[in-house]
Parts: sequence; structure tokens; C-alpha cells
Amino acid sequence: MRKTTLRLAAAAGLLAGLATGAMAQDKKNVTIGVSIPAATHGWTGGVVYHAQEAAKQLEKTYPGLKVVVKTSPDGASQANALDDLTAQKIDALVVLPFNSDELTDPVRAVKKRGTFITVVDRGLKDPAIQDIYVAGNNPEFGRVAGKYMVDNLKSGNVVVFRGIPTVIDEERVSNFEKALEGSGVKVIDKQYANWNRDDAFRVMQDYLSKHPKIDAVWASDDDMALGVLEAIRQAKREDIKFVLGGAGMKDMIKRVMDGDKMIPADVSYPPAMIATAMNVTAAQFFTDAPMRGTYVLNAQLITKDNAKEHYFPNSSF
Amino acid sequence: MTETVIRSASQARRFSVDMRTLSPFIALIVLIIAGTLINPDFLTASNLLNVVTRSAFIAIIAVGATFVISGGGLDLSVGSMAALIAGAMILILNRMGGADVGTLAMGMGAALALGAVCGLANGLIVTFGRIEPFIVTLGTMGIFRSLVIWLAAGGTITLRNADLREIYRPAYFGTIAGIPVPILVFLVVAAIGAVLLYRTSFGRHVIAIGSNEDVARYSGVPIWRVRTLTYVIQGICVAIAVLVYVPRLGSATPTTGLLWELQAITAVVVGGTALRGGIGRIWGTVAGAVILELVANIMVLSNFVSEFLVGAVQGAIIIIAMLVQRSFQRGR
Repeated sequence: MRKTTLRLAAAAGLLAGLATGAMAQDKKNVTIGVSIPAATHGWTGGVVYHAQEAAKQLEKTYPGLKVVVKTSPDGASQANALDDLTAQKIDALVVLPFNSDELTDPVRAVKKRGTFITVVDRGLKDPAIQDIYVAGNNPEFGRVAGKYMVDNLKSGNVVVFRGIPTVIDEERVSNFEKALEGSGVKVIDKQYANWNRDDAFRVMQDYLSKHPKIDAVWASDDDMALGVLEAIRQAKREDIKFVLGGAGMKDMIKRVMDGDKMIPADVSYPPAMIATAMNVTAAQFFTDAPMRGTYVLNAQLITKDNAKEHYFPNSSF
Repeated sequence: MTETVIRSASQARRFSVDMRTLSPFIALIVLIIAGTLINPDFLTASNLLNVVTRSAFIAIIAVGATFVISGGGLDLSVGSMAALIAGAMILILNRMGGADVGTLAMGMGAALALGAVCGLANGLIVTFGRIEPFIVTLGTMGIFRSLVIWLAAGGTITLRNADLREIYRPAYFGTIAGIPVPILVFLVVAAIGAVLLYRTSFGRHVIAIGSNEDVARYSGVPIWRVRTLTYVIQGICVAIAVLVYVPRLGSATPTTGLLWELQAITAVVVGGTALRGGIGRIWGTVAGAVILELVANIMVLSNFVSEFLVGAVQGAIIIIAMLVQRSFQRGR
């Protein structure tokens, strides 16, 4: 999908160049600064990988483009990193903020210097700052998972694993439950397991002691799904038909591709959205196509048929 | 379960000390009764074995922490250290590539060595640098944690060889005479710890340093050596915990071992060891670790606590358990 965007953008740039004749693409010098969280857990590790890959690709596609990727371990250092990036005279900033509150003002300061701003995943408190906003779709993430349960189970008992108490988690879980409404599928238990393998293992062991019959597990995250699978294997329980994770970790996508019975599907929440944002931002400078706006990436159901598109064996995530 | 505590001189004092020693076990029994009342599934053998097996990591680490804390020190780096050792061990196993017991033994040896080195580093900085252990281990906590993030490039370090994983799996999931291996491991570690703390001159030195460092120094206790050794023991205990941890999920992530240091310290204190040093109770620590895991288990098994309030109820139960313990001590 990334490649198509790229090609489209390149084609558009070429057309524009031909049409006006005067627009000599290779004379144009643009610097894009990319500020993202450091790889502190799997998903952000994926963000770092995809940002670096996209930087290489974009610099090859658009001669004259320079992409500077900077990672920061926490919100305060990210604010400092923004200063460092502005000092390098960037024309555009692609930022995946640590949190909305802390980084709204620092990003606003960058904007005031005339920099083009693209915000990714976590929105700023003042949406007027951003020129482009690229995000995953958390409500849909829950909805797609819920619909999959209804379509495949028709009726039965489901246990739910929540992540860390955040807006993201709340949006996912409430929409998951909404999708189950009126069907025969019932949520019999939900607990926080902090998007953590060990916690998920522990909670799943307890679920198995508590509930004699569980038909499916919504682990809501691939890391948690791995802990869940290990607990099920230990208990040798046969009643659980499948485990549905989420996010698109390469190990899990591989299992979907290989047709693992316990992992028949996954729901995407791609860290590669940073690459989407960088592509759109670059296109803003090198093509005449209008790019400003909000891009919400679908939370896609990944099954055996389309798993290949979501498989990045070289990514750390 | 014989415990000698240096300060128990008179007959009356000795009796009260015995109550103190027993109280974590009383709290444990009360919790088990409460759990049974809340959900009959609680008292099944499989559930209880699950819970005790899960508490093995914290219990083993907390045995080491008992030495450090009763010697008047503190180690905040154990959680990060566990993640680092787990990550390094898996990478070493992946690099060697073989799927036989010999490879596994080499990996385990490397993990133990790394644990001892990490502990030695903590100990030497504390003793020779003369810096507060809180600061030293807070620093190494950050260092170990970033090292594992760096090794994992932010992702997951996974044991790639499936055959090797199957060979190693019984170290967590296997049983000997019906008892899960991790439980046996932590009983052995606790027994060795108890002998070391109660039956050797080293153990008495640890307690002496913890109760009064100056008096210990004037009595000719080699302060720096004893203190450094407590951190080395802590490091080795962390490595042993990792040996049982790795076969469970076969991977280490940047979130592995997060907040284990707090759980270990809580287990030590709930078990009756004084946080200011001078009193150490190995078996109490083991009971403390099991109590922590039991509380979490009861929370999931109960039907009336909303998932939003689990943390609050858990905290309240631990405080109440401590209050009950204290009331026993005052009553005598």
C-alpha cells in the first residue's frame, strides 16, 4: 500500500513537471524533520524501523529531499529534539507526539516559524496547528474485532484483555462491546493486562481456572496474545476456538499466513503509518496534488488472504 | 523454619519474635480462606499450583533482596537486570544455534555469570563509591533497561530455535513428583538462603552491618566485602529467576521485569524483614511473594470487583494484611 502511494506521488510529480516544464524537480532542496518516540516497546520499535526505511526510500525518489529522523525517550526530550530540528532549518515536520498535552506548545512554536506540520497517531490539543493529520482508527479497531467474533462464533463466551487504562484502550473496548450487541456472543470477563506478555499469561491462567467454558479470546494485542497462547497450551484446554490479537506483529502475521488454527486472523494498527505521513508530506513539496487534510487508516482485518501485504520480516516488530 | 535473630535475648522477647515470624504465614492462611469463600474454584490444586509457580520469579529475586535489605542496602535494579540477563541469554542461545542440553547449559552458565557481574558492579559502586544504594541502583536500573532495549532494537528478543525451546520448556512447565519445577527451584534457593543467613558467620555479619554499621566495623566485620557479596547474591538470584522465566514465553521484551523491584521489596517487607536492615527472614519473604501473587489471583477470580478498581482493592488487602500482622505482635 505504501508503494502505491509512493508511485502515485512520483507519477503526479512527473506529470506536474511535464505540464509546467519549468518546474525542475532536482533543483529543489527540501528538508523534512521526523520526530518520533524512541523504541521503548514493540510498536514504537516498529515506528522507528518504518520511519528509517521510508526516509531512505523518499530520499531516493525525490532528489533534493533530505529527511532527518530523530527519536526521543520521553516527552520533555522530544520538545528539546524539536528545537534541535528547527535549528537545522527544516521545511516540514512529521511528529508522532509522546502525549498531546506536553507537546502541543512546542509544536506550535515550530509552526510559527512557517514550518509545514504533519501530526501522526496522537493528536495535538489544538488541531489548527497541523496541516496534515495521519492516524490509526481505534474505535474501528474494536469494531472490526467484534464483528469478526460475531461472524465466526455466532454465539459463545469471550474473555477480553484490556491494555493500559488510556483513551485508546477505552475506545477499542467500548466499540468491541458495541459490535457484539444483539448477537449471541457474550463478554464473560475483562481485565487489564497492560499490553504485556507476562501479565496476559497470568490473567489467562486465572481466566482458565475461573471459567469452565471459553469459546474465544480477544487479546486485543499481539504481545498479549502470545502470553495467552502459552497459558492455553499449558492448561491443555480444548474449548477455546481461537485467539484474536491486534497491531500486526510479524510473528503473528506469519502464523496467520501459515494457517495456524488458533490465530486465524489479526487486526492491523500499523506502525508503518509514520511512513504514510512522511510520504504525504514529501508529496506536498514535490507534487502539485493537494495533500492537506486528515488521513485515517483503516483498522484492517488481516486473514490468510491478505497477510502477505502486512508482513515485514525485517522490522523489529 | 528455625530462625535466630540476634536481638532476641530474653524468653519473653523470643516468644514475641516467634509471633512475628509466624505472622506472614497467618496472613497467607487468612487469604486462602478468603479466596475460597469468594470463589470455590480458588481452592483447586491446579489454580494454587499456578499461583505458587507464578510467584517463583519474585520469590527467588526476593530471597536475594532479603540479604541486601537486611544488610541495610537496597537494590532497585533487579527488574531491569532480569530483563537484561534474559535478553542476553536468549541472544547467546540464538548465536550458538545448537539444540542440545550442552548449548542450554552454556547459556545458563552465561546468565548466572552475567547476574553475578551485574550484582558485583552494584556492590562495588555502593561500597567503594560510598554512594547511597538507592541512587546507585536507580542508575544501574536505567542502564540495564536501556541496554535491553538496545539489544532488542525496541522489539522482542525471541528464542528462535523451536527444538531448543521444547528442550528448555520443562524448566517452567515440567513437574517432578507432581510439583512444578519453578516451585522446587525456589524452595531450594530459599533453603540455601536460609542456611547462609542463619547458620554462617557471613549471615551474622550481614545482620550486624544492617543493625549498626559502626558497631560492626569496630567488631572487625569486613564491611565492604560482606556488603558487596549481598549484591552479588542478589545478582545470582535474579539470574536464577531468569533461568525459570525464559522457558515460559521464550522471549524478552523492553517491558520484561517492569516493576519487579517493587514487588520484590514488598515481598521482603511483608515477610517481616525490616526495611531499615538488621532483621532478615527468608521464609517470611517466600510467604510474602506468594501473598502478593495470591491477592492478584483472587482479584481476577472474584466477580464483584470492577476491573477499574482492581489496583485499589489489591493495595487495600496488602495494607490490611500488614495491619493484622502488626496487631498479632502487639497482642503478645
